[in-house]
Amino acid sequence: MYTQALNSPEEGSLAEDAVRASRFQSRIDAEERIEPNDWMPSAYRKTLIRQISQHAHSEIVGMLPEGNWITRAPSLRRKAALLAKVQDECGHGLYLYAAAETLGASREELVDAMLAGKAKYSSIFNYPTLTWADIGVIGWLVDGAAIMNQIPLCRCSYGPYARAMIRVCKEESFHQRQGYEIMLTLCRGTAEQKAMAQDALNRWWWPVLMMFGPPDQASQHSDTSTKWKIKRFSNDELRQKFIDATVPQAQYLGLTIPDPEMKQDEQGHWVHGPIDWNEFKQVLAGNGPCNRDRLAARRKAHADGAWVREAAAAYAEKRARRQMAQAAE
Amino acid sequence: MTAPSITVSETPLVLYTLRRADDALILGHRLSEWCGHAPMLEEDMALSNMALDLIGQARELYGYAAKVEGRDNDEDNFAYLRDVRQYRNLLLVERPNGDFAHTMVRQLFYAAFADLYWRGMMGSTDATLAAIAAKSEKECAYHLRHASEWVIRLGDGTDESHARAQGAVDDLWAYTGEMFSVDEAERGLIDAGIAIDPTMLLPEWLSIVSHVAREATLVLPENDWMQQGGRDGRHSEHLGHLLSELQHMQRSFPGATW
Repeated sequence: MYTQALNSPEEGSLAEDAVRASRFQSRIDAEERIEPNDWMPSAYRKTLIRQISQHAHSEIVGMLPEGNWITRAPSLRRKAALLAKVQDECGHGLYLYAAAETLGASREELVDAMLAGKAKYSSIFNYPTLTWADIGVIGWLVDGAAIMNQIPLCRCSYGPYARAMIRVCKEESFHQRQGYEIMLTLCRGTAEQKAMAQDALNRWWWPVLMMFGPPDQASQHSDTSTKWKIKRFSNDELRQKFIDATVPQAQYLGLTIPDPEMKQDEQGHWVHGPIDWNEFKQVLAGNGPCNRDRLAARRKAHADGAWVREAAAAYAEKRARRQMAQAAE
Repeated sequence: MTAPSITVSETPLVLYTLRRADDALILGHRLSEWCGHAPMLEEDMALSNMALDLIGQARELYGYAAKVEGRDNDEDNFAYLRDVRQYRNLLLVERPNGDFAHTMVRQLFYAAFADLYWRGMMGSTDATLAAIAAKSEKECAYHLRHASEWVIRLGDGTDESHARAQGAVDDLWAYTGEMFSVDEAERGLIDAGIAIDPTMLLPEWLSIVSHVAREATLVLPENDWMQQGGRDGRHSEHLGHLLSELQHMQRSFPGATW
């Protein structure tokens, strides 16, 4: 068990809870950070555990599509950079699980829920990486979208999550530049390489826009999350920011955004055509092109590693016993 | 169209450097295959770290081989455009990952050697090799510690982990002798003080490995038949598959820059 016994269940009368809740909200309104030992409403705790663990699962499942190219990276420099990048994602997963643990959830139970298919992770990782250009597009767009989502989380009201996000964002922005540099190299390369880059953009563009979640009028969690300052911008606001930042980058690369209806409005915003929300719903429901493969890969790693984890636990126990026996002599 | 293999002028120093570079690259590649599939997240991190160290060592050594060879080859030509028969790595490092016990025993055998080897090479009369050795020694010392701790945990863990660890030791033992072999090409470099004589390292290596095995309640095989051939490009069937994956892009898109 990794769980720290920091948090005891909230007890007290409803009247007391009302007082605490109002004090809690005043602290949030005053931009104070909530820390693990502070009182918090159980719904706030539950929302954060859900969000942080989904984020952690996304980092871990997200290792798979990029990991798919580590052994085939086209140069030693790219191989080292990709391996280091995927290793960073694993590190993000680890400290996000640790942040969730400060709320009283254990890494084991969170991971079990993911393996059982009960917990969500980002829809984007259910798409396949078919060519090397996909590694460029993932860095450029998927990490780019993640940064848009995560920069505001550096000011999230929950202290451990906010602090984890500061480091995560620094690394993500490095990944994003690295992805863009892969794209730039492809677009300045042979006709075949440029076609590979365009094809990857065509396949990833719409799924990346879906990363920001359903349109504002359909989003379930936004109201309370906004009140608690877990969420500071709406899905549509973040999506628009992302598109406005990305279109000029695509133009610089000489690539075409695969949206015939995209146009610039009078304020200079790039307005996108209709998003196929049915596809998004299907991917979330488990019907994306790789949902089954991703879960199968995580389950296999977990099952194949069971004897190793058991051995480590058995050895630790034996050693502790021997040390105790030695001390008693 | 596919990219053809390069030719290499294998002077003794080029050959020597490529052998060490190939060891590091192939083992680094093997470890990188674990990324995303390890028994726990901490091991995903550790195995990737060790892979990165080894790939870094390979890059420095290939860079030096290119400089010594003095033709148009660079690190990527050496890694991506030589076929199985041109690869010079030890048979040990191309062994498939197998289960976690095989990976860790392979790592123990190699790192226990590499740590001693690079420590000795810090005194090379070749300043570049001495500098690469100084960096590599630090990294291999950590790999040795990590692998030793795991082999002890697995050997002295559960019945299952003990059986797996013992199986790995038995399977891999015959590939350890090659680390200590010397051929004519290397003899000259040893006499010139550029390389060290690996046969001198065998007693200390054996002492380190025996100590770990004892702690792990594992038995080292008595069979002293040792497989050879990697240094001359006579590999196992496994290397060709590894290279077809490693070299896929460079072979499929001749001349492209990535």
